[in-house]
Amino acid sequence: MIERTGQRTLKFGKKPVLLSHAAAVGKKEGDGPLGAQFDYVTEDDRMGEKSWELAESRLQKTAIEMALKKGALQKNDLDFILAGDLLNQCIGSFLASVDSNVPYLGQYGACSTMAQGLALGACLVEGGAARRLVASASSHFCSAERQYRFPLAYGGQRTPTAQWTATAAGAAVLGCKGSGSLRVTHALFGKMVELGVKDANNMGAAMAPAAYDTLKTLLDDLDAAPRDFDCIVTGDLGHVGADILLTLFRQDGIDLSPVYSDCGSLLFGDEQDAHAGGSGCGCSAAVLCGPLLRDMQSGKIKRLVFAGTGAMMSPTSVQQGQPIAGICHAVVIERSEA
Amino acid sequence: MRMKLDKQQYQQLLEQKSPNSPLWKDCLKAFLFGGAICTVGEGVSNFWQSRGMDTADAAAATAITMVFLGALLTCLHLYDKLAKHAGAGTIVPITGFANAIVSPAMEFKSEGLVLGLGAKLFAIAGPVLVYGISASVIYGLVLLFMGGGGAA
Repeated sequence: MIERTGQRTLKFGKKPVLLSHAAAVGKKEGDGPLGAQFDYVTEDDRMGEKSWELAESRLQKTAIEMALKKGALQKNDLDFILAGDLLNQCIGSFLASVDSNVPYLGQYGACSTMAQGLALGACLVEGGAARRLVASASSHFCSAERQYRFPLAYGGQRTPTAQWTATAAGAAVLGCKGSGSLRVTHALFGKMVELGVKDANNMGAAMAPAAYDTLKTLLDDLDAAPRDFDCIVTGDLGHVGADILLTLFRQDGIDLSPVYSDCGSLLFGDEQDAHAGGSGCGCSAAVLCGPLLRDMQSGKIKRLVFAGTGAMMSPTSVQQGQPIAGICHAVVIERSEA
Repeated sequence: MRMKLDKQQYQQLLEQKSPNSPLWKDCLKAFLFGGAICTVGEGVSNFWQSRGMDTADAAAATAITMVFLGALLTCLHLYDKLAKHAGAGTIVPITGFANAIVSPAMEFKSEGLVLGLGAKLFAIAGPVLVYGISASVIYGLVLLFMGGGGAA
C-alpha cells in the first residue's frame, strides 16, 4: 500500500526489497577513489564493440546481468526492466535489453534516471504490478561527448564548472519479498525547477535548486533532520552544485554537510582532471549500486537518501536559448537489522 | 514549497560559487603554444625556401605541411591533449583547422561514409568556411568598387 505523507512523499507499507545490485564502470572511473568498490571495471572503454553506443549498451547489460547473478536470479524472473541513459531515444538502454524477452520501460530523467527508475520500480512492486524488476541506468563519456559536445579528438577546452560524463552503469533488482536487508521505504518524485541557468557547462548550478526543493520537501514531509539519516547523497551536482545546495540549506539554518555527499564529487579524484566532478546517468547509478549499497549491506550506512538530480536540456534547447531546468527524485533506503 | 530565491538572486549566488576560467593563465598559454606552432611554421617555410621555392610557393607548401601535421597529431589523439592546455593557441593556427575537419571524420565514420563521415565532416569547420568565404567575397567587392581597380 502506498501512502502519501506530507506534501509529496510516498511511503511504502510493504517496503520493496533491494534484492541485489551491481555496478560496471570504465577505466577512468576504475582508477578513481571508488574503483575497488565496483563489480566490474573494463580495461577497454570500447568494450570490444564497433561503436560507443554499443559499448555503453554492453556496459549496462553487464551491470544488469551481474546484478541478476549476484541475486541468483535469471532474466525470466523479472517482470519489468526500467532502464534509461542519456542517448537520443535511449538507445543505450534498449540495445542492452533488446534480447531480454522482459517487458521494458524506457526511462529518461537525465542524470536522475536511476533514482526515477528506482522510485517508479518501488511503486510498481509495492502496488503488486511486479514481483521483481530491475532498475538500471548508464552513461558513457564517449557516446555522450559526440552527442552533446564535440568529437573526442577535437581540441577544445573545458570550463572549470564543466562536469565529466561518467562511463558507468548500475543496476538494482527490486522485489516484493526476499531475504535482503535493504528496503525502499519512501520515494519522492521531484518537480522541475528552473532559475534561468543557460550555461550547459554549469549543470550543477542548474540542478542544485531542484535538489534543494526535493530534499527540503522530503525532510519536511518526514519531519526529519539531516542527522536522522546516515547519508544524504545527491547524484550528480558536482563540486559547484553541491556547494550551492549546502548554501541554500544554510540559508534555512539547516546544516546538511555532516551527512551530505555527492556522487559526482565522489567518483573522481582531484588529480583526474574531471573539473567539477562526474555526471551522467551512470554516475549516480554506479555509485549507488557499487559503494553506497555495499556500505549499507555492511552496516556502515543504515539509512540513506539517494537523490538523483537531472538537467532537463538538449543541445537543441540550449542552442535555441532555452534555460536548463533541474529535477531531483529521491528514494529513501533503509537497512533492517535481521 | 516555494523557492525562496528569484532568478536574479540565484544568478548572483551561482556567479559567486562558480569558478571562472583562469583568463590570464589561459591567455599566456595560448600565446606560448600558438607562438610555438607559428615558429614551427616559420621553420617549415624556411626549409621549403632553402629547397629552392620562392616565397609564395613556400607559403603554400608550409600550409600543406602544417595541415598534415595537425591532421596527424589529431589521428594520434595528441592534438586534443595539447589543446587542453593551449586553448586558442591550438585553435587559431591552421593546424586547428585541420583538427576541426579530421576529428569529426574520425568520430562519425561509425555512421557510414556518406551520412556519417561525409555529412559531418564540416560540422565544426563549416561555420568558419561559410563566414570566411562570405567575408572574403564582401571584401573583394569592396576592393573592386572602392579600392581602386588596380587588382581587377
